[in-house]
Amino acid sequence: MAMQAAVLELADDHLILGHRLSEWCGHAPMLEEDLALPNMALDLIGTARALYDYAARLEGKGRSEDDLAFLRVEREYRNLLLCERPNGDFAQTMLRQLYFAAFMEPYWQAATGSSDEVIRGVAGKAVKEMAYHIRHAGEWVIRLGDGTDESAAKMRAAVEELHRFTGEMFEESDASAALEGMLPRRADLRAAWDRVIGMVFSEALLEVPEVRFPQTGGRQGLHGEQLGHLLAEMQYLQRAYPGATW
Amino acid sequence: MVAVLDQARAWDAAAAVPDPEVPCVTVADLGILREVIVDGEVAVARVSPTYSGCPAVMAIEMAVEAALRDAGFEARVERVMSPAWTTDWITDEGREKLRAYGIAPPVGAAGKRALFGEVEVPCPRCARVTTEKISEFGSTACKAQYRCTSCGEPFDYFKCI
Repeated sequence: MAMQAAVLELADDHLILGHRLSEWCGHAPMLEEDLALPNMALDLIGTARALYDYAARLEGKGRSEDDLAFLRVEREYRNLLLCERPNGDFAQTMLRQLYFAAFMEPYWQAATGSSDEVIRGVAGKAVKEMAYHIRHAGEWVIRLGDGTDESAAKMRAAVEELHRFTGEMFEESDASAALEGMLPRRADLRAAWDRVIGMVFSEALLEVPEVRFPQTGGRQGLHGEQLGHLLAEMQYLQRAYPGATW
Repeated sequence: MVAVLDQARAWDAAAAVPDPEVPCVTVADLGILREVIVDGEVAVARVSPTYSGCPAVMAIEMAVEAALRDAGFEARVERVMSPAWTTDWITDEGREKLRAYGIAPPVGAAGKRALFGEVEVPCPRCARVTTEKISEFGSTACKAQYRCTSCGEPFDYFKCI
């Protein structure tokens, strides 16, 4: 069941980050962003749905995509820690998005050559959406990093806060390590990610920091306390009214 | 002969379904209706989503199913993910309908995903390319917002993906 577990990890990454972005809806600093952030959330949640649906079918125990999203507890979630980081300020949200999209764009690009048909289908859609996310988030990182003293200080603080969570993206989990040919090798995507981040950072007048204490654990279900709060809100309805539909 | 007629009738019924968010074009104009296969009484329509999270996907599938049922078939809709839909599949007629409706159709071919490049989007009202982007994301996932600096028209641009 390595494939099922690996697909579930990917689905969790997309749902959790998608939910985080959706928290901005109605709170963004301007109308343009109030449209952009939920649109990006929709892309991620749409991808998550396709992946949960596939994971549920691979599992074959009668669970649905909704069961996987709403009825698992924190320790069962296997998302990257980066994806669950709180929105913080606008600089942190945009940097988190750039970090994730700059990884997932080459990931999905490579996955269009997967031996798995469902993964190829999901990848074909997602790769284009990730390119848009890189562009949108990248433009903001540049605008804020090379902006006022205040915006630049916030952007530097965001890098300081989030960069230590990026290494986890390049590590294989026990599940994904066994899937040669079906899913891309994460370590192979390092150069592509470094290139995009380097390009954006040089225009944004930001330094790529040296990470002394990389943060990992999401793939083992070891999360920060923030994930529990996120799940409590996201899962509330299905927990309070099991099986509710509309 | 009957089978061929049924095939054409099923296609026509499904193809005429308008997009719920951009009702000036049909699912056939957009290229998201891939094929309709008729086997006896049963018609299976194969439909591709535009974006992963497009909220209209379910509405489109239900409308296509209803249209086939109205045409007298036992209807089923299959969602096709691969190969992924691209704006290149919007027909010439579809592009013209978008323009007439005030939405600028996608410029150029998909695939050249320049990260920070900009394209020249002609104004759907006055056709000049003196336009500027207002917002990367518009009223739906598939559109961006632009403004024409010549005639002043604000308009949606159907993004090229």
